[in-house]
Amino acid sequence: MSILDSKIPKGPLEDKWSNYKNNINLVNPANKRNIDVIMIGTGLAGGSAAATLAELGYNVKTFCYQDSPRRAHSIAAQGGINAAKNYQGDGDSNFRLFYDTIKGGDYRSREANVYRLAEVSGNIIDQCVAQGVPFAREYGGMLDNRSFGGVLVSRTFYAKGQTGQQLLLGAYSAMNRQINRGKITAYNRHEMMDVVLVDGKARGIIARDMVTGAIERHSAHAVVLASGGYGNVFFLSTNAMGSNVMAAWRAHRRGAYFANPCYTQIHPTCIPVSGDHQSKLTLMSESLRNDGRIWVPKKIEDAEAIRAGKKKPTDLSEEERDYYLERRYPAFGNLVPRDVASRAAKERCDAGFGVNKTGEAVYLDFASAIERYGKEKAFTSGHKNPSKEEVYNLGKEVVESKYGNLFQMYEKIVDQNPYKTPMMIYPAVHYTMGGLWVDYNLQTTIPGCYSTGEANFSDHGANRLGASALMQGLADGYFVLPYTIGDYLSNDIRTGKIPTDSVEFDTAEKEVTDRINKLMNASGQHSVDFYHKKLGKIMWNKCGMSRNAKELNEAIHEIAELREDFWKNVKIPGTANTKNAELEKAGRVADFLELGELFAKDALHREESCGGHFREEYQTPDGEALRDDENFKYVAAWEYTGKPSDAVLHKEELIFENIELKTRSYK
Amino acid sequence: MKLTLKIWRQENAETKGKMVDYIIDGIDGDMSFLEMLDVLNEDLVNKGEQPVEFDHDCREGICGSCSLQINGEPHGPDKLITTCQLHMRTFKDGDTIVIEPFRAKAFPVIKDLIVDRTAFDRIQQAYGYISVNTSGNTIDANSIPIEKENADDSFNAATCIGCGACVAACKNASAMLFTSAKVSQFALLPQGEVEADRRVLAMVEQMDKEGFGNCSNTGACEIECPKGISLENIARMNREYLKASVK
Repeated sequence: MSILDSKIPKGPLEDKWSNYKNNINLVNPANKRNIDVIMIGTGLAGGSAAATLAELGYNVKTFCYQDSPRRAHSIAAQGGINAAKNYQGDGDSNFRLFYDTIKGGDYRSREANVYRLAEVSGNIIDQCVAQGVPFAREYGGMLDNRSFGGVLVSRTFYAKGQTGQQLLLGAYSAMNRQINRGKITAYNRHEMMDVVLVDGKARGIIARDMVTGAIERHSAHAVVLASGGYGNVFFLSTNAMGSNVMAAWRAHRRGAYFANPCYTQIHPTCIPVSGDHQSKLTLMSESLRNDGRIWVPKKIEDAEAIRAGKKKPTDLSEEERDYYLERRYPAFGNLVPRDVASRAAKERCDAGFGVNKTGEAVYLDFASAIERYGKEKAFTSGHKNPSKEEVYNLGKEVVESKYGNLFQMYEKIVDQNPYKTPMMIYPAVHYTMGGLWVDYNLQTTIPGCYSTGEANFSDHGANRLGASALMQGLADGYFVLPYTIGDYLSNDIRTGKIPTDSVEFDTAEKEVTDRINKLMNASGQHSVDFYHKKLGKIMWNKCGMSRNAKELNEAIHEIAELREDFWKNVKIPGTANTKNAELEKAGRVADFLELGELFAKDALHREESCGGHFREEYQTPDGEALRDDENFKYVAAWEYTGKPSDAVLHKEELIFENIELKTRSYK
Repeated sequence: MKLTLKIWRQENAETKGKMVDYIIDGIDGDMSFLEMLDVLNEDLVNKGEQPVEFDHDCREGICGSCSLQINGEPHGPDKLITTCQLHMRTFKDGDTIVIEPFRAKAFPVIKDLIVDRTAFDRIQQAYGYISVNTSGNTIDANSIPIEKENADDSFNAATCIGCGACVAACKNASAMLFTSAKVSQFALLPQGEVEADRRVLAMVEQMDKEGFGNCSNTGACEIECPKGISLENIARMNREYLKASVK
């Protein structure tokens, strides 16, 4: 077991990033023109980094599996982006954002990285406004803020329920400017199949053109993986259908360590599963918890009656409802962090209080918000004695202006009007905090291979706070990577173009083609989805919201068996040299079948509960997570050695110099 | 429910396509339209036939990947939603559903129901941005107040997901609604005003180059747009264009 060097700069926390920037090697503009960078993924982390690197003068090639960079799944982020601007004057600061993020992550992230994130957060908002991102504003023309889970200030900037879309379009517009200048070449409908190492350094990739099936070689002086998270290992998640781990996993197999794979965020407010046909789950933004109150019936008979369709939620009086988050966590109430809210929902449903047909749902109720806003609006507009109906209508208007698109989305899917009856929600897999291990420079353990955004592990510890993913993606892409990668590339000013006719490219391409042929030539018993769904069931049941040693051991064996069966018996119609959606899915599921096993192995080895990782064996008497800082205050970075079960553990001890480790309490 | 599907099948851009009939059974009203196609594809794969290729990704109505002309309407019969948000409860047992790709000269078919919409990207590359460096060394975000109405209108224009339904709905296959939404988003903000003239000229020029038709004010685009992008944007773009051209 080696000790990983995170390359954290010396000095006081608040000076680290400035000192670092003052002392790195720079590449002069003329030399940047001779340096190529490959960017995998064009979401917030990839798109923003591609634009910035190109603007600095590097030649950038971007790759995405979608037909346009603007469709990356960052687009689906709803609620907002955090920044320590303190525009509300409610006591926010870089330190508070840093503190909230470390605490929210249950003390399993790196201080220096998180502080840097907080430090550049304000700049992100300036940058986006300058790019024409239409954030929500107040009547005075200033930017509006709202509050998110796990914090006591309002620091979230938003654009209705489409913040991710607006930020991604901003990053994409910055990319477009560089595409127009000829500094970015965008390879869309392309998938990275492998990373190519020359003399131990990442020097290019093998990609597949998803329209023609052509296998292509692309070289560069550095490769950046901004390919997102791996939530789709669960089959059902809020990720896009195509979201996958292939780029990160291929790099892992070539030597990049994979950190904390078991840290998964199960988001509390998603639309419940309705049946076996379900292909994905839909998130209802956490911002809804600003105004929605979460409850289940107090009496089990009422829950049963509701499940049987004999009672409606609106039939129950206030006294008959259990607002369990407000009851258990009076200080944070409905705005506890995601991991806490999810587990509390599961606890109630497991105890028999769940509300929809499946018993796996709780209510998110806007009735009191509608009433409160309605009264407020009636008062400010001079209605002295508004009728109940007037109050409802005025309140509905306010709620609609805040969450209109989310309510519409809910109604379309569930066929119920959430203004009239409470929404039903249940936790679903949403985000993966784990990912490629990176140092302070965002470099993986492969020299020249970097990772940004959700694809890396660095900033969110064991649980991510709401509205922090967008912040991290853009911080990494606009402000961090463009500096740190320059330090590495300054050694490459005399290297010249990397040739693609080398033995290394030959070998990598052959391995990619062999793998595709092997998939195409399997016996053809079952579809790719058949295996993916099976894997998802194992993951959800045994590596989901709560885990135990027995089931994790079972999962490891079951996944290994499933993987073997997959390679023998998967069925892919058509040919490899054309558009072939089944082949694309098969390549991704093959990697999920390896990652899933490592995931379970990591969860098994971490004998503590922290953040999104809840081990049933390690909990307090009142059911809260029980951390073990003495033995597990480290990042688990796994080295690939041939198969997931043989992965070797490397530890990066986490050092807390500026924050005192405490039991996380939101009570 | 049991349904008859008439689906456009086309091997690639070079070959000729044709409509093929499929019978599908056991469809539940709670399924989304794309989940219904998943069921069909699972059947086809199990029979060793080629599944129907279609674009889709987020399946929550925001990425703009999914398209499909369903019974002659882009994104199907419901209003203000994309195909992935369309649910089978909209249909009834015994229905025949005709499924085709979005049709436009500027959107050539890639395979089956997948079309190439990169013309939209090229319009945005022409000038769909504000020329500001991404260094972060800009002015404080609150230093220029923006009237809430303008910020909201800009946001409404910016909610365009670039799916191409406006083009598919238009008898001229015009991209005016799309282009005008992109022009408007920037034109309504003080940050975007600086380059407004160059922007509108460049984007309209690229739009014309791509082979989209002209606007004849039928308004079909607005009706079929899953995001409710308003025709006002076209009027605004025309104004901006005129203003820029006479300078």
